[in-house]
Amino acid sequence: MLKTLSPERVAQVACAPLKGGDLGPEATDAALTIRALTVSYGEAPVVFSVDATFPAGSMTAVIGPNGAGKSTLLKAALGIVPKLSGTVTIHGRPVEEARALVAYVPQRASVDWDFPTRAIDVVLMGRYRTTGLFRKIGKSERAIALDALARVGMSAFADRQIGQLSGGQQQRIFLARALAQDTPVLVLDEPFAGVDAATECTIFDVLAGLSAEGRTVVVVHHDLATVPERFDRVLMLNVRKIAEGPISETFTPANVRATYGGKIGLSDAIDWPTRAA
Amino acid sequence: MSALIEVFSLSAGYNAAVVTIGSALLGIAAGTAGTFLFLRKRALVSDALAHATLPGIVIAFMVMVSMGGDGRSLPGLLVGSALSALLGLLLVDALTRHTRLTEDAAIGAVLSVFFGLGVVGLTIVQTMTSGRQAGLEGFLLGSTAGMLFGDAILIAVGALVAIAVVFVLRRAMTIVSFDPGFAQATGLSVRAIDIAIMALVLLVTVVGLKLVGLILVVALLIIPAASARFWTERSDWVLLLSAVFGGTAGYVGAALSAVAPRLPTGSLIVLTAFALFAVSMMVSPHRGVLAALLKRRRTAIRVHRRQGLLALAKGEMIFDAMTLAVLRRDGFIRADGVPTQAGAAEAAKALRDEARWVIAGRVLNEDALNLRVDVLTPLEQTFTPDQIAAIDAALQNPRPA
Repeated sequence: MLKTLSPERVAQVACAPLKGGDLGPEATDAALTIRALTVSYGEAPVVFSVDATFPAGSMTAVIGPNGAGKSTLLKAALGIVPKLSGTVTIHGRPVEEARALVAYVPQRASVDWDFPTRAIDVVLMGRYRTTGLFRKIGKSERAIALDALARVGMSAFADRQIGQLSGGQQQRIFLARALAQDTPVLVLDEPFAGVDAATECTIFDVLAGLSAEGRTVVVVHHDLATVPERFDRVLMLNVRKIAEGPISETFTPANVRATYGGKIGLSDAIDWPTRAA
Repeated sequence: MSALIEVFSLSAGYNAAVVTIGSALLGIAAGTAGTFLFLRKRALVSDALAHATLPGIVIAFMVMVSMGGDGRSLPGLLVGSALSALLGLLLVDALTRHTRLTEDAAIGAVLSVFFGLGVVGLTIVQTMTSGRQAGLEGFLLGSTAGMLFGDAILIAVGALVAIAVVFVLRRAMTIVSFDPGFAQATGLSVRAIDIAIMALVLLVTVVGLKLVGLILVVALLIIPAASARFWTERSDWVLLLSAVFGGTAGYVGAALSAVAPRLPTGSLIVLTAFALFAVSMMVSPHRGVLAALLKRRRTAIRVHRRQGLLALAKGEMIFDAMTLAVLRRDGFIRADGVPTQAGAAEAAKALRDEARWVIAGRVLNEDALNLRVDVLTPLEQTFTPDQIAAIDAALQNPRPA
């Protein structure tokens, strides 16, 4: 059964810095392992020979400039787009056999929100593996979906057509669907793109809660300023892997510069973890 | 007129009744299969598929005649049409995958080339001695003329198979239609589901060829779903209503055709479907044209009410006649324009909500704020509690951004 956040937690506005301790690469066994993954649509690879390990219970930000292949890496790892080469395992099993272990949250802009469906129906899609494709959705499935909606503060919107929701609320629905899947691994593609500050806090809190429960969270992320405070690991990508590891060792100005090339002015807003500059 | 009643009550003879029932089942099948075509936004693929049946029909006829058989055997013609439609479908797929052509361009090319080939073949068949009475042109616009009992049964069985498959796969098809990335990640094969949708459309098209005709079958696939969408925001209901609309169109169209055999059956079916569409578009309670007009009127009243209340709260004079009328009607001001107690309370609330809205745009920083959200709706119905808390926190503690 799903663990529920208290309403106070959900209603919390100020983002409390919630994160577990830093995990070294050898700290726990790997939840998600990517080996030599290459993706190419045309002639030039979008992702080239990337190795990455996501330890169980870690919370990792995948960062890199636009077109660096962040989304593509994860989509290919989950079999959503074809990969040219590489192997992917989830808790030691090939990804094709481990579908039940991972929940994927696509970019919000990737679907048509005018689709005739309600918030609760979208969340229930996360339960289709257990409801099966044919049987009627039972009371317990509905309860799980409502619980997931409550955890993202969306209980009052269960029957709302999804097009009637604001951008941040739509993102919460997507997160609720992933929560309803109740998986040990969660992969989120830019869950903070175009969302309001309150939603950002709620999503971060939910993700931190998942991480505290020992689940593995992987987030394609854009806002470098929140990386050191909200994540414990980082994967830096620019077609090739630039660096990966615990924030304290890996998230350094030198690595960020190497990842983004000259294209980023390193902002004062970033609170560099250690030994910076 | 009595002939019409006879047909509608299925008492105009056994054959006419079977054709009418077969046509209704076909309509239901088209409505259900078409729903997923519509939701997956691939309506036009079915048009290419339908037009690509023509060369197959002609070639099947020639083959059957050359083998000394009856070229008009419906099962034989349908097998031929299915094969050439499949070829057309594969060509669209190959053009889209392996060239830089987009799907619409591939559809346009395949549709016209196959149809052109088919028309040339049709002309050749009609110059053949055995082809003169073939009646193949009936496949263009549909006809019930010369339909055998066995043909009607074939249509009915094909339709029932399509309906059963949709029922079994509806949840998977819904998930794939809404969010293919998510579907693939959870282990649903998007490609397999897409193929299933296309196979259904192919089945409906092929069994519908005789009745509706290849030019119009796309309309029977799409119009019922498009009509159903006006009435509901739930995909299950779209599916059900689309089946009802499609079935009605098939039933009424075939019945009309029995009374007026000179008119093409397909046209009658499609025009019936269109009549249902037109009604849906006009009177649907949420998405309809009339509803939109009413909504605009209601919005105008709400804007005037809000502006009036804000003016009351700030003690400003109100000159606008409509604003005064709205406030008076709601009991917020007396006949002489002095605010009532209820009016004063409501005005204070409006002022607070307005202040929250002003800050909401900054605090929530939502791209969707201006698009989806109506500033006149109470905040509680628009935002989650934590979003409202964020707004109020900013309101109490204004900080320059």
